[in-house]
Amino acid sequence: MYGFEALTFNIHGGYLEAIVRGHRSGLLTASDYNNLCQCETLDDIKMHLSATEYGPYLQNEPSPLHTTTVVEKCTLKLVDEYKHMLCQATEPLSTFLEYITYGYMIDNVVLIVTGTLHERDVQELLEKCHPLGMFDSIATLAVAQNMRELYRLVLVDTPLAPYFSECITSEDLDDMNIEIMRNTLYKAYLEDFYNFCQKLGGATAEIMSDLLAFEADRRAVNITINSIGTELTRDDRRKLYSNFGLLYPYGHEELAISEDIDQVRAVMEKYPPYQSIFAKISYGESQMLDKAFYEEEVKRLCLAFEQQFHYAVFFAYMRLREQEIRNLMWISECVAQNQKSRIHDSVVFIF
Amino acid sequence: MSSSWSRALTQVSPYTFASIGIAISIGVSVLGAAWGIYITGSSLIGAAIKAPRITSKNLISVIFCEAVAIYGVIVAIILQTKLESVPSSKIYDPESLRAGYAIFASGIIVGFANLMCGLCVGIIGSSCALSDAQNSSLFVKILVIEIFGSALGLFGVIVGIIMSSQATWPAKTA
Repeated sequence: MYGFEALTFNIHGGYLEAIVRGHRSGLLTASDYNNLCQCETLDDIKMHLSATEYGPYLQNEPSPLHTTTVVEKCTLKLVDEYKHMLCQATEPLSTFLEYITYGYMIDNVVLIVTGTLHERDVQELLEKCHPLGMFDSIATLAVAQNMRELYRLVLVDTPLAPYFSECITSEDLDDMNIEIMRNTLYKAYLEDFYNFCQKLGGATAEIMSDLLAFEADRRAVNITINSIGTELTRDDRRKLYSNFGLLYPYGHEELAISEDIDQVRAVMEKYPPYQSIFAKISYGESQMLDKAFYEEEVKRLCLAFEQQFHYAVFFAYMRLREQEIRNLMWISECVAQNQKSRIHDSVVFIF
Repeated sequence: MSSSWSRALTQVSPYTFASIGIAISIGVSVLGAAWGIYITGSSLIGAAIKAPRITSKNLISVIFCEAVAIYGVIVAIILQTKLESVPSSKIYDPESLRAGYAIFASGIIVGFANLMCGLCVGIIGSSCALSDAQNSSLFVKILVIEIFGSALGLFGVIVGIIMSSQATWPAKTA
């Protein structure tokens, strides 16, 4: 019952909510980022990070440090925290936490299938997979030749099985098909997650609806922009948009027929929340769009912490950590390649 | 000749009402206190992992919840001293009925006021623990809210005792 969650939430979720809020206080702040942006080498970065919560994870790394090592260890910290929370959780929080990882699973599946198509070694690909999206039979993906086999051999036993009904074809896998498969799977996953949150009701449903609607809309815009000028037909493009969100259904109709970025901008400016995003980037420039979307997403995620007694704080925390890891990766790459002038292009401050 | 429904009320012994009132006063107060304590306690334990300094100060929230149960015990003890025996010819006198109803109402007042008070203090205590873990200057400010919340239980106790003080049973003389 909305408004009375405070009475019973703490029975099962109180301890974990307090833990996740404790983790949130360990996110890097603007002053940490300022220190990191002024580092000259990766060893300086390691030294600064040792003073933060990442200390225990990085201190045993030998110098010379690689950027991939930094990112890997930071991701390891996130995975450890997630696993700790997952094993303490009861229903329905445990299902909610598992839903958060399905996105990573989809990315891993697509990574392995694409890599196999380009004749890469399976072991090398497995090392690049995101640890939160691993499942047992993932290595068998390299054997599949088309989508039907993909489903029958591997994916039918995973949680992704129900998302496959819309995209099974008998065509062989190629780059275009794989991208369409990724977006179809993700669409089904977002809709499933949205319905699950609606069933949970209360504050969780309200806050997650907002966060997932933003995600769906952002993906719709990205799909549109990326498919301008490719052979993806308008109907196919239309089929990749999710069935919820601010843009559904009228915005989707207009986005499906857009042929360049200015038309996309014209569509999005009709919606006040997205108008402010598009106002930040001037005409003809789409590189900053990603950063503008990330900034808006971070703002909404931080707002999820304002309310107590709901599950969206877990989702928000995972996403904020992901953003932090992206920031660290960008900073490390800029420092390693001596391009410090471009550091502020893509770092999104969380607090 | 009273109808069957009013007989249901006036023919129930006033001792029944009084005893139920005493039971509610202690039982429901303890329910409120326990509810409040677990709401605060679970958040406090989780938050104290990252910020161990909050544990000793935030036990105040638990103490406020506990006070609610103590109010219930005190009022139950006071109420049970008001129970007196009357000769069986006088059990259904208006005086006796009034005394029985007064003790019953007193019990309900105290029980439910303490239930709500315990819940209120518990929820605020949970938010207090989580806020204190992030920013220690917030603790005292949220404590003021808790103090106002715990006053609710006191209101219930005061009114309950006033109600029960006028529970006089008829005199024993024939």
